[in-house]
Amino acid sequence: MKDEITRDERVANLKGMGCSRKRVEDARFTQGKGNYVDDIKLDGMLFGDFVRSPYAHARIKSINSEAALKVPGVLAVLTADDLRPLGLHWMPTLAGDKQMVLADGKVLFQGQEVAFVVAEDRYAAADGMEAVLVEYEELPVLVNPHESLKSDVVLREDLVAEDGSLPNGAHGPRKHHNHIFTWEAGDREPTEEVLANADIVVEQEMYYHRTHPCPLETCGCVASMDKVNGKLTLWGTFQAPHAIRTVVSLISGIEEHNIRVVSPDIGGGFGNKVGAYPGYVCSVVASIVTGKPVKWIEDRMDNLMTTAFARDYHMTGKISATKEGKITALKCNVVADHGGFDACADPTKFPAGFMNICTGSYDIPTAFLEVDGVYTNKAPGGVSYRCSFRVTEAVYLIERMIEVLAIELNMDAAELRRINFIKKEQFPYKSALGWEYDSGDYHTAWDKALKTVDYEGLRAEQAQRVEDFKAGKTRSIMGIGLSFFTEIVGAGPVKNCDILGLGMFDSCEIRIHPTGSAIARLGTISQGQGHATTFAQILASEIGLPADSITIEEGDTDTAPYGLGTYGSRSTPVAGAATAMAGRKIRAKAQMIAAYLLEVHDNDVEFDVDRFVVKGAPEKFKTMKELAFAAYNQAIPGLEPGLEAVSYYDPPNMTYPFGAYVCVMDINVDTGVTDIRRFYALDDCGTRINPMIIEGQVHGGLTEALAVALGQELAYDEMGNVKTATLMDFFLPTAWEVPNYETDFTVTPSPHHPIGAKGVGESPHVGGVPCFSNAVQDAFRPFGNKHTNMPHDHWRIWRTANELGMHD
Amino acid sequence: MIPAAFEYYRPKDMAGVLSLLEEHGDDARVMAGGHSLIPMMKLRMADVPHLIDLQDVGGMSDIEIDSESIKIGALVTQSDIIDHAGLAEAAPILREAALQIADPQVRYMGTVGGNVANGDPGNDMPGLMQCLDASFTVVGPDGERDIPAREFYEAAYMTAREDEEVLTAITIPLPKGSYAYEKQKRKIGDYATAAAAVQIIKDGGKCVSASIAMTNLSDTPIYSANAGAALVGTSVDSAALKAAVAAMLGDIDPTEDNRGPVAFKNHVAGIILSRAIERAWSRA
Repeated sequence: MKDEITRDERVANLKGMGCSRKRVEDARFTQGKGNYVDDIKLDGMLFGDFVRSPYAHARIKSINSEAALKVPGVLAVLTADDLRPLGLHWMPTLAGDKQMVLADGKVLFQGQEVAFVVAEDRYAAADGMEAVLVEYEELPVLVNPHESLKSDVVLREDLVAEDGSLPNGAHGPRKHHNHIFTWEAGDREPTEEVLANADIVVEQEMYYHRTHPCPLETCGCVASMDKVNGKLTLWGTFQAPHAIRTVVSLISGIEEHNIRVVSPDIGGGFGNKVGAYPGYVCSVVASIVTGKPVKWIEDRMDNLMTTAFARDYHMTGKISATKEGKITALKCNVVADHGGFDACADPTKFPAGFMNICTGSYDIPTAFLEVDGVYTNKAPGGVSYRCSFRVTEAVYLIERMIEVLAIELNMDAAELRRINFIKKEQFPYKSALGWEYDSGDYHTAWDKALKTVDYEGLRAEQAQRVEDFKAGKTRSIMGIGLSFFTEIVGAGPVKNCDILGLGMFDSCEIRIHPTGSAIARLGTISQGQGHATTFAQILASEIGLPADSITIEEGDTDTAPYGLGTYGSRSTPVAGAATAMAGRKIRAKAQMIAAYLLEVHDNDVEFDVDRFVVKGAPEKFKTMKELAFAAYNQAIPGLEPGLEAVSYYDPPNMTYPFGAYVCVMDINVDTGVTDIRRFYALDDCGTRINPMIIEGQVHGGLTEALAVALGQELAYDEMGNVKTATLMDFFLPTAWEVPNYETDFTVTPSPHHPIGAKGVGESPHVGGVPCFSNAVQDAFRPFGNKHTNMPHDHWRIWRTANELGMHD
Repeated sequence: MIPAAFEYYRPKDMAGVLSLLEEHGDDARVMAGGHSLIPMMKLRMADVPHLIDLQDVGGMSDIEIDSESIKIGALVTQSDIIDHAGLAEAAPILREAALQIADPQVRYMGTVGGNVANGDPGNDMPGLMQCLDASFTVVGPDGERDIPAREFYEAAYMTAREDEEVLTAITIPLPKGSYAYEKQKRKIGDYATAAAAVQIIKDGGKCVSASIAMTNLSDTPIYSANAGAALVGTSVDSAALKAAVAAMLGDIDPTEDNRGPVAFKNHVAGIILSRAIERAWSRA
C-alpha cells in the first residue's frame, strides 16, 4: 500500500492535541439552534413557580391559597405541609446541612421559596403566585456574620436541642447557635510563635464581598414522571447530572435505574448549577402528583437572589518576614457568611473548600488557617464561581498580603514575590497547609511576564505620574496590578475528595465504529467549555482517528458513564485523563490486531500517528481505520470482536496550574472611573490541548474577574433586602467595558496526568481578581493606601481618594 | 418577570386613543417604544389594565426643521435622532446625548416621546429638553396645549400631563451657540450617575448666554438658571466654572443609591458639569 501523504500531513489531519481546532459546538450556538432546558416542550407540560418571601427573616403565620386556586389555569399550590408527608419539605444540602424546600414555619432569607404554584402555563403561574396570601411576622434580621455570632436571635431553631444545647454539625462542634463549623489547617502554635518573634509582621483585614456567578441561562428543570413504567426523567441545568440522579434517588426513594437525568445544552454554569435547588424537588413532586411533565425556570431576579452565591468571606491575614523580605509564617482567620442554610458545594472533608491553598505560590514554612462558618439571613450557596473550591478567596488573600507586606518592607512587590517563590527544584512541593504541588516553574513565568510588559519602564512612568499629580498637572493616577497565582484543581483523589460520599473520580467510555469513527461518552458536562471539541482532540492523538470522526456525548445518565460533573476545572484533569486512559486501552487492543494482521509479534509493531507500523519497516502498517474494521469483521484468534473501552480515573493528586498577570490601569480620582490600559496574562496549564479554546477561556475568566473586582456584588441592606437583584445594578460586563487582553504561556506539564494537562477554565478568574484589585490598590499606594476592599466601583474608588486627602 | 394580564389596544388614530383614555382613566396608559413601561409592568411595579399602543397612530414619527425651531414627533426613536443628518447639523447636542442612552437595541425601540413623558429622573432627554427650553405638545379631550419642559416635571414619574392627555410632539427653538452633553455611568446601558447638558453662546470672547440642566441628581431633571447665569459675562475661566458648579450644587438634591452616597454624587456632578462647560466652550 502506498502512502500518499507525509507524516506531518497525517498529524494535521487528526486535529489532535495542540491544534486550534474550531469549536464543533458553535455551528448550533451561533445559529440559535442550541437546545436548552427552556427549549424543551412536552405534551401537556405544566409550569411551576415560587411564591417567595419578601422578608429576610420572618415567621409564617398562614398561607392562604384559596384565591390562587381560583385563577384560571392554576392547578395546585404546594406548601411545606403538602411535602411533609413525603418527607420532602426539607432536603439535604451538599455541605451536610439540610435546607427547607418550602418554608416550614419561617423564612431565613429574602426570596426564599414559600409555596409552589403549578399552572397550565407560566402566565397563569405568575398570576397564581400574586394571589397566594401569606401572612408573615417579621423577626430581627442578621446580615453580618460577626454580629450573628454574638446575637441572641436564633436563626435555626431546628439545630438547637430542646434543652438548649447545640448538637454537633456535619463538621464537628458548634460554639454558638448561629455557628456552623470551625475548620482548621496547619499548625496554630508554631505559627503564632513565629509571628510573635518575627522581624516584620503585618496584619490586614479584608472583606471578599458576596457576588454571584450569574450565568446567562438561569437554573431550571423539566420533571416528567411516567406513571406507567415508573420512570422519572429530569432534564435540568445540572453541572453534575449523575450526582443529581443519586441525590434524587436518595431523597425520593425512587430506585436509581428508574431515574434518568439529562443536562442538555447549558448556557454557562460557573458553579451556580452545581447544587440541588427546591425547584428541582418541587417539579418532581408536582409531576408525580399531576402525572404530567412540570417545568420550572428561574427568572433573573430569582437566580441572583436565591440560587447559589459566591464568596462572602471576612478574612484576616497575618504574615511575617525577615528584614530582607523572606516570608516566615502566614496565619489566616476567616468568618464565612453561608446564609440561612449551609449549602456550600465543597468536597465533604473540606467545608471551606481548598482555602488552605492560601500560602499561594510561596515557600512559606509555617502556616495556620481557621475558618468559621456562620448562619445569617442571606441566601444559601457559597459555590466556587469560576474557581476551584474557595481558591479565589485564598489567592486574593495571599496576593493582597504580599502587597501589604511589600508596603511594610518598603519593597517592590514584584521582587518580594520573586524571592519567596517556590523554586523549580522544590517540586513536588509539600505546602505548610498540607498540599503537594505537582509541578511549577514560577521564576521563568514571572521573569517572562515582567520583561514583556517592561515592568521597570512602567514603574518609572508611574513615578512620573505621581510627581505630576502632586504638582497639580493631572487628576489621573496610574496603578500596576501584579498577581501570581497557583490554582488547585482537578478534584480529586477519592481517598480525600467526595461529595455526599460520592467519590470524585470521572469517566470515559469509547466505542469505535467499524468504519473508523467513534463515539465517546463522559461523566462530565460542558457548559460552554467546548468539551465536544477538546476531548475529541485528546482521543484523536491517543487513538489515531481524526477528531472530526469522533462524537463526544455528555449529560445523559442513561448513556454516559458515572462521573461527578464539571466544575472546579476538573474536566480536563480528571475526565480528560480518563479519556486518554480509555484511548490507550483501545490502542492496546488495536496493537494486538495489527500484529496479527501484519503477521508479527505484538511487540514488533509500534504506534505512529494514525497507524501501527512494523518496527524498522514503516512501509508495513495497518491504519487505525483498517484496524477498527478488522476488530469487528475479522476473526482474530484469542480476541473478542469489537473495539470499546471504559476508564474510570481516580486522580493520584490534584493539578496545580499557575500564572503571572499584570494590569496597567489609569484612575481618575475625582470620578472614580478606571481605564484598563493593558492586561497581560501568562498561563501555564501544563500540556495545551487547544490553544484557541484556552485563549477563549482566559478572556472569559478575566472578564468575570474584572466584573468581581470592579463592581459586581450582591449587596444587602440592614433589613436583608437584596439591593442588586437585576442587571441594572448587578454588574455584568459587556464588550464595551472589557479591555484588550494579551495572552501568553509557558508549559510545565503535570507529572502525574496521562497527557500532562492541568486545566485552565478558572485560572484567569482566580488570578485576575487580585490583579485588577492590586492595580487599583497600587495606584493609591504612593498616597498612603494600604488596603481597600473590593468591589472597586466608581464611588468606592472616589471614597479611597477622599480618605487619602486627594480631594483637598 | 411576567406582567399581570392587560388589555392591549392599537388604535389607528388619536381620537381612538383619547376615547380609550377617557373610558379607562388611570387604568389606561399609552405606550410608544415601551422600553420604560414594559419593564415596570413585568416587575409588577406598574399596574396597567389597559395598554394603548401608539404605533399605528400616524403623524408622530417625523423630524421637521425650519429656521426657527425643530419639531420631533413623540414616536421618533433614539436611533432616528442619531441617524438624522439635518438634526446633527441643527442640534448636535441631541445626537451626542442619544448616543449615550442605553445601547443600540434599546435605542431602536425607545422613543424621545416616551423618554420625556415617563418622568423617570434617570432618563436623559428630560434634562436635555430643559436645557434647550423645549416645549411638549399634549393633546387631550379639550384639544392641544403646549407645556414648557422646564415646567413639566413635578416629581419622579409625576408630570404636568393629565391622565387623559397624550404627549405628541416636542418643539425645540433652534439652538444657538455650542454645546456638550456629558454623562458618567457605571457601564453601558446604565442611567447616569450624573449628566450635564450645556448650551452656550460666545461673543467677543465672553459668554453671553448659557443654559444648563442636570440629570439623575434629583427626583426631577434640574434646570439650573443660576449656574447658567454664573457664566454669563465671563470668559468662562476657572472662577466662572467654580461659580457655575457652586450654583448648580445649590439646585440639585441627589439621594444615595447603588451608584454612591450624596457627597460622591455632588462631587461627580461638579466634575461632569465642568467638563461639559469646558467642552462646549472649546467648541464655541
